[in-house]
Amino acid sequence: MTETTEFEPKIIAFLCNWCTYTGADLAGTSRLQYPPNVRIIRLMCSGAVDPMYVLKADLAGADGILIGGCHPGDCHYQEGNYKARRRVIALKEILKSAGFDEDRIWLRWISASEGARFAETVREMTEAMRAKGPNPMKTMWAV
Amino acid sequence: MKISLPVENHQPLAALQGFLKSLLEKNIVDVILTPMRTPSGSVTPALVSDAVLLNQADPLAPVLAVNAATWAGKVSLREPRPRLAAVLRSCEARALVELTKMAQASLEDLLIVAIDCAGTYTPSTYLRKQTQSKLPLWIDLYAAVRQQSEIVNADLRLACQICEQPVYENAPIRVRLLESDLEQTIWIEAQDEIAEKLGWQGTATNGRSPLIDAYIASRTQARDRAFAEIRTRLEGEEGISVVFAACIRCHNCMTVCPICYCKTCVFKSHVFDHEPMKYLEWARQKGAQRMPPDTMLFHLTRQNHMALSCVGCGMCTDACPSELPVGLVFRAVADRLQQTFEYLPGRNLEEPLPLVTFKADEWTEVGE
Repeated sequence: MTETTEFEPKIIAFLCNWCTYTGADLAGTSRLQYPPNVRIIRLMCSGAVDPMYVLKADLAGADGILIGGCHPGDCHYQEGNYKARRRVIALKEILKSAGFDEDRIWLRWISASEGARFAETVREMTEAMRAKGPNPMKTMWAV
Repeated sequence: MKISLPVENHQPLAALQGFLKSLLEKNIVDVILTPMRTPSGSVTPALVSDAVLLNQADPLAPVLAVNAATWAGKVSLREPRPRLAAVLRSCEARALVELTKMAQASLEDLLIVAIDCAGTYTPSTYLRKQTQSKLPLWIDLYAAVRQQSEIVNADLRLACQICEQPVYENAPIRVRLLESDLEQTIWIEAQDEIAEKLGWQGTATNGRSPLIDAYIASRTQARDRAFAEIRTRLEGEEGISVVFAACIRCHNCMTVCPICYCKTCVFKSHVFDHEPMKYLEWARQKGAQRMPPDTMLFHLTRQNHMALSCVGCGMCTDACPSELPVGLVFRAVADRLQQTFEYLPGRNLEEPLPLVTFKADEWTEVGE
């Protein structure tokens, strides 16, 4: 349980199959370097990200949660990302009202051709979460 | 159109019962859902088909045992269904509109008879106080509104003490109790089509009385004080996990919520049936794991599902055996969320639920 090494943030990423996951794939095939702090979960659409998954990750102690979807207007299911946007706004409002740090949750539009943007987003988020320090939920067993 | 229902012998309840009987006798509806007095003295919603039994109807009794929207939903949900009149307080009417949007009720053959509310007690408080009182408990409550006297009644349900929506103005039939001198008369308004069936010779409806504005203003102040208090706790040192620390996970808040919409709650589904080794994994992750697990997940998920449609009826608070301020936390969260989406639950059937709709050109900075 004791951490002797330097804090490495752990980021859980929920990525849509068609855009951001493919963008992440492109980052890999393009041999772009980015921090290994992200654990990717692929879903068919950002509109399929149940806010409960995000809450579960947060309460379990994930340091950051990234939701990646197609740019507005580009959703392969027409409107999933627009609905995801509303859900994320609602979820962050709830977390803020409950006294949680809503800035651990990021929503980003990253297309299949934006491998570099994916790598940059992971770099940016890893550093932002490193600056925040560990999610206090990591040690809160009574929630 | 509105009429003034004459009150004889200072018995407004009898006048109101007479009005409800006329809905059955003039064949406007088949059945009426209304608060009814039981032989024990308690008051509960009941579905009444026999006009004679309406002598036991008591919509004035200041008690809320269940939010009757749930039951109006069950009776109206699908065809074939009866033509129903449902006597509802504002929070019940608003919950019913939300349920209709969620396809768990239908207003097709349902007449909402909205009664103005001066606040309610829990069933046990009501019974205790009514047993000790010679006069019906509603008299003081409605009189206080008319006299604009600032009575702080700490016995009322907290949800009622901070309720800023005591009247529901979008109903086909409205019993304007707060504006009526109940010794003399009861103002009732109805849509013209219904007024015609009732054979009314009424006058045009008028706007809201300044009395009600004053009443709403004082309740709004009480609400804002309660919000400030709970927000200090939620956003300060304590946080929601401390505020809800004594939760025993009975799920009562979920069971009594009129608009908790899932037929099977995910927290009672196989999603939360875990393998034994999963518990070990969790215990190892944090060194220990509260049992039952996922208590905060339960509360935050419920807020996430319900807060936009929360009508503030406070049934959750009444049902909590640990006396947690469930409803107040819900309302404090809901208030901000509803402002963000410019949504007032129950206001209008035509307004879509915020999370099933969207605009392409909103919050365009998010995600960039």
